[in-house]
Amino acid sequence: METKTRTKSAAKQKAVEKITGAEAMIRSLLAEDVDTIFGYIGGAIMPIYDALFNYEDKLKHVMVRHEQGAIHAAQGYARIKRKPGICFTTSGPGATNLVTGLADAMLDSTPLICITGQVGAALLGTDAFQETDVVSVSMPITKWNYQITNAEEIPEIMAKAFFIANSGRPGPVVIDITKNAQFEELDYKYEPASSVNNYVPKPKPLMSEVEKAAELINSCQKPLVLLGQGVTISGAEAEFKEFVEKAGLPVAATLLGLSSFPTNHSLYTGMLGMHGNYAPNINTNKCDLLIGIGMRFDDRVTGNLNTYAKQAKVIHIEIDPSEIDKNVKTDVAINADARQALELLIPKINRNSHEEWLETFSELHEIEFEKVISKDIHPDDGKMYMGEVVNTLSELTNGEAIIVTDVGQHQMASARYYGFQKQNSWISSGGLGTMGFGIPAGMGVALAEPDRPIFVIVGDGGFQMTVQELGTISQYKLPVKIILLNNDFLGMVRQWQQLFFSNRYSSTELTNPNFLMISEGFGVPSKQVSERDNLKETLQELIDVKGPFMLEVKVEKESNIFPMVPAGGTVSEMRLD
Amino acid sequence: MKNEYTITIFTENKIGLLHRITVIFTRRHLNIDSLNTSESEIRGIYRFTIVVTTTEAMVQTVTKQIEKQIGILKAFYHTEEEIVYQEIALYKVPTKAFAYGDDVESLIRKFNARVLTIEPEYTVVEKTGHKSETQQLFRELESYGILQFARSGRIALTKQIKEITAYLKELEQHQKESEEEVLTYN
Repeated sequence: METKTRTKSAAKQKAVEKITGAEAMIRSLLAEDVDTIFGYIGGAIMPIYDALFNYEDKLKHVMVRHEQGAIHAAQGYARIKRKPGICFTTSGPGATNLVTGLADAMLDSTPLICITGQVGAALLGTDAFQETDVVSVSMPITKWNYQITNAEEIPEIMAKAFFIANSGRPGPVVIDITKNAQFEELDYKYEPASSVNNYVPKPKPLMSEVEKAAELINSCQKPLVLLGQGVTISGAEAEFKEFVEKAGLPVAATLLGLSSFPTNHSLYTGMLGMHGNYAPNINTNKCDLLIGIGMRFDDRVTGNLNTYAKQAKVIHIEIDPSEIDKNVKTDVAINADARQALELLIPKINRNSHEEWLETFSELHEIEFEKVISKDIHPDDGKMYMGEVVNTLSELTNGEAIIVTDVGQHQMASARYYGFQKQNSWISSGGLGTMGFGIPAGMGVALAEPDRPIFVIVGDGGFQMTVQELGTISQYKLPVKIILLNNDFLGMVRQWQQLFFSNRYSSTELTNPNFLMISEGFGVPSKQVSERDNLKETLQELIDVKGPFMLEVKVEKESNIFPMVPAGGTVSEMRLD
Repeated sequence: MKNEYTITIFTENKIGLLHRITVIFTRRHLNIDSLNTSESEIRGIYRFTIVVTTTEAMVQTVTKQIEKQIGILKAFYHTEEEIVYQEIALYKVPTKAFAYGDDVESLIRKFNARVLTIEPEYTVVEKTGHKSETQQLFRELESYGILQFARSGRIALTKQIKEITAYLKELEQHQKESEEEVLTYN
């Protein structure tokens, strides 16, 4: 057999029972402590939905309006809960509508289990109605996938799926199950997996590398720590804080590392990358030691690799061996889980502070504040800007809300101006940059964390990509509060057109619908604010209202997100205007 | 600088693994020069031998990306000096080519090739060797008319002393060690 079983559950294992494959799928989910499923019913998955009907008290199923909505919701849910998000779809178009979400989850290391119905095994390969080779389609965008054609396979494959999705560097798994396998009976006995053959999710860190890393940290003068999502995923926020505080290491976060470290901490220097903060980008090319933790040196972080931190030694702590030396060559690589590596490193590093070096970050921050931030958050030209909306929200909520975003200018404004104080508070599409991610992801977050305030910040472009999910939000009365920053443009692309394509605004201006009527039509109460004088008070109303709610804020049409490292540019040549 | 590299991959015998491997080459716009697969010395474990021409940085990245796929046990890359390798080629030539003098016969002797079958109409010649050698015989036989030609992918064994069984033992050990605290999300 392929999978070994967890000993603790072996004790409570039940006797073998004869049940259908469809029921076995549902029971497998229950055995893995699943409580919420996002899905869309259709022909090839009807037996599973029929079995689900008997378990509605134990398993909440959220019937979305489009399968893309289901998978983004599952992603939001998974990232907050730190356990696999579950999707159900039918075969063919149901399954292919998952593709964007799978690619997104693959790049952002999100654990998912997507169960797709499939035509009967006898019809496979015959171009049957709603037949698509989903296993082949999803091959490069899944951590693992498998087609079940025989009900007997279900317990072992499901156990394997859960183990793979949520261990090591997490990722999406697709389980395609043919209709006959849902109808057939099997001898059911479920045991969660404790390992999968030939798969080592948590590589053991080499102590020799840990020693070398500690030596570099103890001897450096100008260190910079790059905080990635790996810290969140391994639940290493406390260890991370202890680590940087002990050695006095300045911290900069990647987009997905946001909220893992409080923004008001004296060691926090801002966000990295293309629209990140000035100080950490400039100082990337001045530091003598770069320490990447749970991050992958994405091109949006590094810009031109030939001019990226060439003067610095590089330590890379990363669980996925294929990320090490992929983009940036390392001097010391610790191939391990972030928490485990940090636990080993902390006792070996010396207590230190780098006051003078930290001062340079403050000086650079002053420049950014004067040239960019003050204008963004306290504009004086009568128009409303994204930065001030987010900054006001941040002040009114003390930086303690969960922020979910879509993709574009509003996303960068949110990343820059929300002052995160609580961990696990930032859900955004990073690697794939999926427009349409925000609203459905917000639904998943609302179900995962019903007691915390949740704001979905979205642009007018992305809002219309998955607007149909307002129907789901309304049906399930999900407390999602949407802030639509409307500039009647695809703002980020327009910004690029202005800066790099001679103001030629090809296909970026939108003639938008009446968003209030659309929202009301779905049964989601809404309001619009277009005057600065009303902004604070309206945002406070939004905070106080019990969701769902949609607030449209009319912002300046043609404003830009700065500072900026142009694509492929040098991080230290970041533009301030 | 681009060089020829031989990638050796040890896998479970599972449907779809070839696809998982080849999409990694496709993404990087890498052409596969040759590919061969068969069961290895360990029952149930398959050995893929893939030849590519690329830079060392690229082959290193690709090998790591292959190795992390579920169902792949180990992946290595080697230069020509680090392996012993062979290919096989079959040539179908008209039997009458042998009828005039001893030219073809001496070619077969010279190249250490052998005749597999002789039919009234055609003869099938087999030659094993490196690609340059089988290609040279191809060129020599061309003037007699080659009816069909096929060359296999490269098969290769490594000169390294550490064998795959040793790696598998290590893998098993790592797995055991991490089993107790495997779940990242808990």
